[in-house]
Amino acid sequence: MGPGEKGAGHLHGFSQDQLHRFLREMLLYRRFEEKAEEAYAIAKIGGFCHLHIGQEAVTLGFIGPLLLDDYVLTSYRDHTQAIAKGIDPGSVMAELYGKSTGCARGKGGSMHMFSSKLGFMGGHGIVGGQVPLATGMGWAIRYRGGDQVCLCFLGDAAVNQGAFWESLNMAAVWKLPVIYVVENNEYGMGTAFRRVSALPVVERAAGTGVPAHSVNGQDVLACWSLTEELVAEVRRGAGPQYVEARTYRFKGHSMSDPVSGTYRAKEEVETKKEKEDPIILLRDRLFENDLLTQEELEEIDREVVKVVEDAATFAEESPPPPSEDLHNHVYSRINEHGRLFLDGLTS
Amino acid sequence: MLTITYRDALNQALSEEMERDESVFLMGEEVAEYDGAYKVSKGLLDQFGDRRIVDSPISELGFAGLGIGAAMLGLRPVVEFMTFNFSLLAIDQVINSAAKMHYMSGGQIPIPIVFRGPTGAALQLSAQHSQACETWYVHAPGLKVVAPATPADAKGLLKAAIRDPDPVVVMEGELLYNVKGEVPDPADGDFIVPLGLAEVKREGADVSIVTAGPTVHIALMAAGKLEKEGISAEVLDLRSLRPLDVDAILATVKKTNRVVVLEQGWPYAGYGAQIVSVIQHEAFDDLDAPVLRVGQADVPMPYARNLENLAKPSADRVIQACKEVLYRS
Repeated sequence: MGPGEKGAGHLHGFSQDQLHRFLREMLLYRRFEEKAEEAYAIAKIGGFCHLHIGQEAVTLGFIGPLLLDDYVLTSYRDHTQAIAKGIDPGSVMAELYGKSTGCARGKGGSMHMFSSKLGFMGGHGIVGGQVPLATGMGWAIRYRGGDQVCLCFLGDAAVNQGAFWESLNMAAVWKLPVIYVVENNEYGMGTAFRRVSALPVVERAAGTGVPAHSVNGQDVLACWSLTEELVAEVRRGAGPQYVEARTYRFKGHSMSDPVSGTYRAKEEVETKKEKEDPIILLRDRLFENDLLTQEELEEIDREVVKVVEDAATFAEESPPPPSEDLHNHVYSRINEHGRLFLDGLTS
Repeated sequence: MLTITYRDALNQALSEEMERDESVFLMGEEVAEYDGAYKVSKGLLDQFGDRRIVDSPISELGFAGLGIGAAMLGLRPVVEFMTFNFSLLAIDQVINSAAKMHYMSGGQIPIPIVFRGPTGAALQLSAQHSQACETWYVHAPGLKVVAPATPADAKGLLKAAIRDPDPVVVMEGELLYNVKGEVPDPADGDFIVPLGLAEVKREGADVSIVTAGPTVHIALMAAGKLEKEGISAEVLDLRSLRPLDVDAILATVKKTNRVVVLEQGWPYAGYGAQIVSVIQHEAFDDLDAPVLRVGQADVPMPYARNLENLAKPSADRVIQACKEVLYRS
């Protein structure tokens, strides 16, 4: 990639249209999460709610280059990734609201967004639990001789789980088409990664045989370019890849946690927000290269705010799941003989 | 009918289902080149190749999760645990992923997987290698659990489990692999034992012994001895623990009015407690005596032979319990 060419209508090989789309997408994620934050504050959303604010470039940079039939799995910080893989924001918001129109019919909530049709195979709630699943999806792709890729997000803290190491080992042994992307936001809940790992994130795949890469996760163009390159290699049969995306979480671990305080200083967060906001970084690069005007930016923002408002209205107006749904979907087949449930409600 | 071992019956089931359905594969420790720790998969590597008969690393959590991930995309993995003792390393994936995925995805992602292997006590293997794991798994909605006692049930239930669209845990018995029994000749057509159907393994009139898995044989031994004392015991083999054949349980209670529930595992919240709960709730008026339970002593399995014999459920303890519910001693 060469440097940006001022006024040439593109930046690092990305066209102005593409760049505007990137900005729009990331702004959509930001506005969506801000809306979720607002709705959580007035108890429209319950449970845990882990926001992705500050990490939007990782979402877009890694999911954007995938094809519809590629797969994505992730942890419980999954709202923006669900949207990026194509799930309608209204359906994601409805899931947060616990409504029947949610992308998991109100059964999953914030941590468990799903669309099997769109290849979004779930937000998963146990740290590292999605990593063996992604490995198995890579197994299935290879078993069938397909050329899809499975992309698995995990947090930095997940590399300390045995599931992570077991999975990378198997993926390497069987050359599975899986890209493991560690969103290194520096903290596992309130524990700084450096306090619980002798090695930096990028070195934690060493010993498995999976090639490791590291990228600035606040730079959407860098993430996008690296993903394109890795996806192409994996499709060609290169086997699994391990990527550290260096990013930062601007909010608390979840809505119920403080943004800063005991484990990180307020100044640290403020400095990161000021200097490493992925949306501001892209915006400023576009301004500097005459690829965006203030009016265009405001228009983009108006559009995404509208999308988010519509999503919230849709969620608000949707009905909750019917009571009959309590026992639905536990099994996909109710066997002809015997009872699967012994609580007296269903035979 | 052919007379074959429980081991060969399982082998036939795997072979037939893999022949029938290309999406079925077997993965686990030692299943391929070693022919399986208990030789259940003997010959399958030659028959199906290493794409479908796969030796895994010793990574129970990892390969159980891998199987579930493959099932998420519609493959039908059979994941072998060398024994269910080791499945406790994988129980996060079995419960949190396999059992819950269909529900928490709002019905989008079924998990057609089988977890199988032996469970329960063998001979002097001590605390970590001799334990019954039925209750860990039967507890979780989203899983189906079967525990075949005979070669025919082993074959028919494993085939049904592989075809089922939900996760099925197939609990085999370490001491059952050499047990011989009649199994329908494959030449006579497909043989399936549907999930959720219990079977009366011995008819009786005075007392019912309700059980599943390896303890079916203890129950039959006890019933044989009781007959000599003039007591007619019925043995109901549940075969499936979830779905549970409640109708069959109620029918035997109605018939004998006296029940002993026998399981190989620990008593505290063991699955036998659930059977008793069903009986007291749905057949209270048919009971002529409180239901008694026989199981493993409430201790980790000891090594010394005399202590192990004290810990394991035995025909003598079943006989004693049967007499107690008959108020004879």
